Order: sequence, then structure tokens, then C-alpha cells
Amino acid sequence: MSDHSTSNHSSPLTTYFAVWAALLVGTFLTYEAAKIDLGVFNAAVALTIATTKALLVALFFMHLKGASEKLLKLVVISTIFFLLILLALSMADYGTRLT
Amino acid sequence: MSDSQATAVHRGHNPALLHHFATEEQQRDASSLGMWIFLATEVMFFGGLFCAYLIYRGWYFGDFGAASKSIDALLGGTNTAVLICSSLTVVLAIWAAQTARRGLMIAMLILTMLFGLAFLGIKGIEYKQKFDEHHVPGPSFSFEHEPIPGHPGQYANPQHAEIFFALYFIMTGLHALHMVIGLGIFSWLLWMAWKGRFTPEYHTPLEIGGLYWHFVDIVWIYLFPLLYLIDRHP
Repeated sequence: MSDHSTSNHSSPLTTYFAVWAALLVGTFLTYEAAKIDLGVFNAAVALTIATTKALLVALFFMHLKGASEKLLKLVVISTIFFLLILLALSMADYGTRLT
Repeated sequence: MSDSQATAVHRGHNPALLHHFATEEQQRDASSLGMWIFLATEVMFFGGLFCAYLIYRGWYFGDFGAASKSIDALLGGTNTAVLICSSLTVVLAIWAAQTARRGLMIAMLILTMLFGLAFLGIKGIEYKQKFDEHHVPGPSFSFEHEPIPGHPGQYANPQHAEIFFALYFIMTGLHALHMVIGLGIFSWLLWMAWKGRFTPEYHTPLEIGGLYWHFVDIVWIYLFPLLYLIDRHP
């Protein structure tokens, strides 16, 4: 939010309400999509919507979009990286066991 | 330190600027970086539970589907909407602080806490249903003759369903604990806002508290589909 000192104060509000509406629509979509039988794609659809919602919150509500600090970006990216290591390597083991 | 000394010490800058920082911007960046590092530890903390959930879900998918179906998804969905609304009021409170609207800031902080309490109330209703149905892991646990979704004539293994409910109570319980801590933080923020501590130049505690609140919201955004909506289709 490096530009919040500039004259236009209504623009962040528009963004906040748009993100809020998108998050509510996403919640409704997840709820409705779960009722349709998509086979293995049910989980994929649910996780895609959840990740989109999480990104919206992180980018616009937590102000990651427009963050200028390189250290901050490093922390966020390494967080996601280490979480993916935890999940991916564990699933690579348990997901490929034959018994 | 007397008042005159304090005035002399802070001469020429905002009294909120600590002396080991060069500028207010540097101080704000340091606070924000510290909070994001804390959130990184929180991600790994919850990540372990999500990992355990994924492994057991892969092994016992049918049992997890049957157990998930016994939870009231409408309550979970309502709670998701409640948390999303509370996240909006948090950013509005920060915007109010940035634009020197003290009344709006206080109103938004109170609204945030009311949404938080509503979330915990709905969670309480949901937990009570689970206790009434004997779906709480332990000696009185019972999950007999519950059909596996999509497999007519097959019933869920109660021991596997018990693992689902253990994960359900640990993950939602830990999330609820974060909500309670969040309410504590926001009570303090409300007190500071009431005393007029937050100005357009200095409102870092609001931003840091907001980061925490949004993080707890993100955890719920994943918990909702994973716990409530595993295999809902008829």
C-alpha cells in the first residue's frame, strides 16, 4: 500500500468490497460444486477454489500485492516452498506404497 | 521519566517511533516482517495436521466421506461467510485508521469481534450436535451402520471414522483457539483505538493484528472444503 497517501481514497474501498464479494461467491461455489459428482475432480475443484480465495485474502487484505520489501517476499515464498516440501514429499511416500 | 524529559527525548519525531529505528517506515517494515515470520511458523504448525489429514484421507477415503457427511455443512458454510465478513471489517478498520476516522475504526473493530463471537457460537452448536450423536472420539464413540457415499450396501469402518473425527476436532479446535486468541488481541486493539493511540501515521498494531486475523481466515478457507465437503453428492 505504498500509494495510500495519494488523493484517491475510494480505490482501496472498491478493491476491498470486490474481494469480499468474490470470496463469498467462492464459498457458495465450493458448497454447490461439492454436491455434483465430478469423481476425482471434486477435490481438485475444492482445492482450486480454496487456493484462489486464500490468494485473494493474502494479496489484497494482507497487502502482499504492492509490498516492496524483498525480505518479506523471501519469507512468504520460502513458507510456501517448505509447506510444499512437507506435503509433496510425504504424499510421494504414502501415495506410492503398494500395500 | 518526567513529562518534560519525555518531550525532549521525542523532540522532532512521532513518539511512537522507537529510538533503535531510523525511520517510521523502517519500524513498520520490521514489525510486518516479524509477523510474517511468525505466520510462517504457524503455516508449518497447521501444515503438519493437514499432512496427517491427507495421508489418512488417502487411506480411508470412503470412511472419511461417510464421517464428513454427518457434519452440518450449512453451519460450516455459514461460518466461512462470517469469517470472510470479519476479514472485510478488519481491512475497513485499518482504512479508517489511515484516513483518521476514529468512530468508523472503533465500529469496525467491534463488528470484527462480533463476527468472531458469532463464529465461535456456530462452532459451539456444531460441536454440540457431534456430542449428541456420540461422534466425539473416546469411550462413547459410535459410528455404526453409516453408509459410504457412492457405495450402496457398504458401511464405514467406525475406527477409521474415529480418526476423521479426531482430526476434525483437533484442527477445528486449534483453529477455534486461534479465534479466541484473536478476540483477545482485538479487545486490546479496541482499547488502544478507544484511547486514540492510532493515527494515520502510526497504526502498526492494527496492521499486525489484521495479518493474524486474515491468516486464521485462510486456515478456515482450507478447513471448510477438506472437512465438511469430502463426498457430498447424492
